[in-house]
Amino acid sequence: MTENGSKIKKNEWPLWEVFYQPKDGKPFEHAGSVHAPDAEMALQNARDTYARRNEGINIWVVPADKIVASTPEDRGPFFDPANDKIYRHPQFYSVPRASKKRK
Amino acid sequence: MDEQKQLDAFQKRIDNGETIEPKDRMPDRYRKQLIRMMSQHAHSEIVGMLPEGNWIQRAPSLKRKKVLLAKVQDEAGHGLYIYSAVETLGVTRREVVEDYMYGNAKYSSIFNYPTLTYADICVIGWLVDGAAIVNQTMLARSSYGPYARSMVRICKEESFHKKQGYEMLAKMASGTPEQKKMAQDAVNRWWWPTLMMFGPPDDQSPNSQELIRWGVKSKTNDELRQSFVDMTVMEAKAIGIEIPDPDLKYNHETGHWDFGEVPWDEFWEVIKGNGPMNRERIRARRKAYEEGAWVREAASEYARKKRLEEEKAS
Ligand SMILES: [Fe+2]
Ligand SMILES: [Fe+2]
Repeated sequence: MTENGSKIKKNEWPLWEVFYQPKDGKPFEHAGSVHAPDAEMALQNARDTYARRNEGINIWVVPADKIVASTPEDRGPFFDPANDKIYRHPQFYSVPRASKKRK
Repeated sequence: MDEQKQLDAFQKRIDNGETIEPKDRMPDRYRKQLIRMMSQHAHSEIVGMLPEGNWIQRAPSLKRKKVLLAKVQDEAGHGLYIYSAVETLGVTRREVVEDYMYGNAKYSSIFNYPTLTYADICVIGWLVDGAAIVNQTMLARSSYGPYARSMVRICKEESFHKKQGYEMLAKMASGTPEQKKMAQDAVNRWWWPTLMMFGPPDDQSPNSQELIRWGVKSKTNDELRQSFVDMTVMEAKAIGIEIPDPDLKYNHETGHWDFGEVPWDEFWEVIKGNGPMNRERIRARRKAYEEGAWVREAASEYARKKRLEEEKAS
């Protein structure tokens, strides 16, 4: 398989991850991926594949191997919300009652 | 962690309704089953373009031609969404596609039947896409995130596919006696192969239980088949089309439509490669793949040269 496998890698167009902005003002979302020889064709393929019906008004394509991602093992400590740091929440603070009045 | 513990931990995530993502720990067998099932699904979308593509140049009107073109283009998109999801499991696009063109991978048996008249195009939209909707609506809740998300995207497009076919068939079925006959003849030919799309009966489907336990599927082949029949009977009645099954009968106790025995011998023959169009489909796919090779190479070469020039310039 390895010999065959290396040939496969060489001939395959690189993989691009596709993100699109569904509407004006909305954040970008991941759509999927496409294969393309260069950025220009990646954009074109992404448009034809993932935005045929106004699914997006803007598209990003990113070489898949350039994406740095957290790992599932990070789930615990990396994303620990540090709930013990209660001073990060507005409820931690008290303000004079009078300041909340409108007039 | 030993193997059993890992399996138990994975099963617990599934039972909690959690979604599995590409980098998550997953049993080898789960990954293998997904690769098999998803790539089979993707191949079906691609091969499925052939029977319909057969009629694009002979569509009865400009309107129908535009509709069919758009539908077939969607099917290409479906194939690409799913291939992109399969690749998250650590296989390359190339090995996956070459596996059905030159290897043993399968695609849906339904696409090994010929499209003899334009009525077949109507019936494919109504029945074949209708059956696909039943299956894919379930898969949109699949435990594997990328697969489920590709299904959500696909389901949004399938209702157009089904409706254009159903509408067209309704028109044909209310036309001249010849048109009526043509419509009914197409339904007669496609009905049983459509029921086979849901796969073999539960007691002959070794993968089903495992896929259900892992939350890839949530219904058995027979359950899906039954809900398809229940949904379709009244649709047929409404347009004056007869379903070619003398045993079709409403069961007041179960609330479902009972139906006759699916010709499973035919199904197994088609799976084995002996359907009317198996050889032709593979021949057409290989031809497109091989004759397009120089285009893919030229595009790669163009991209490489452009990159070199840019590097020199900077
Ligand atoms: Fe499809
Ligand atoms: Fe479809």
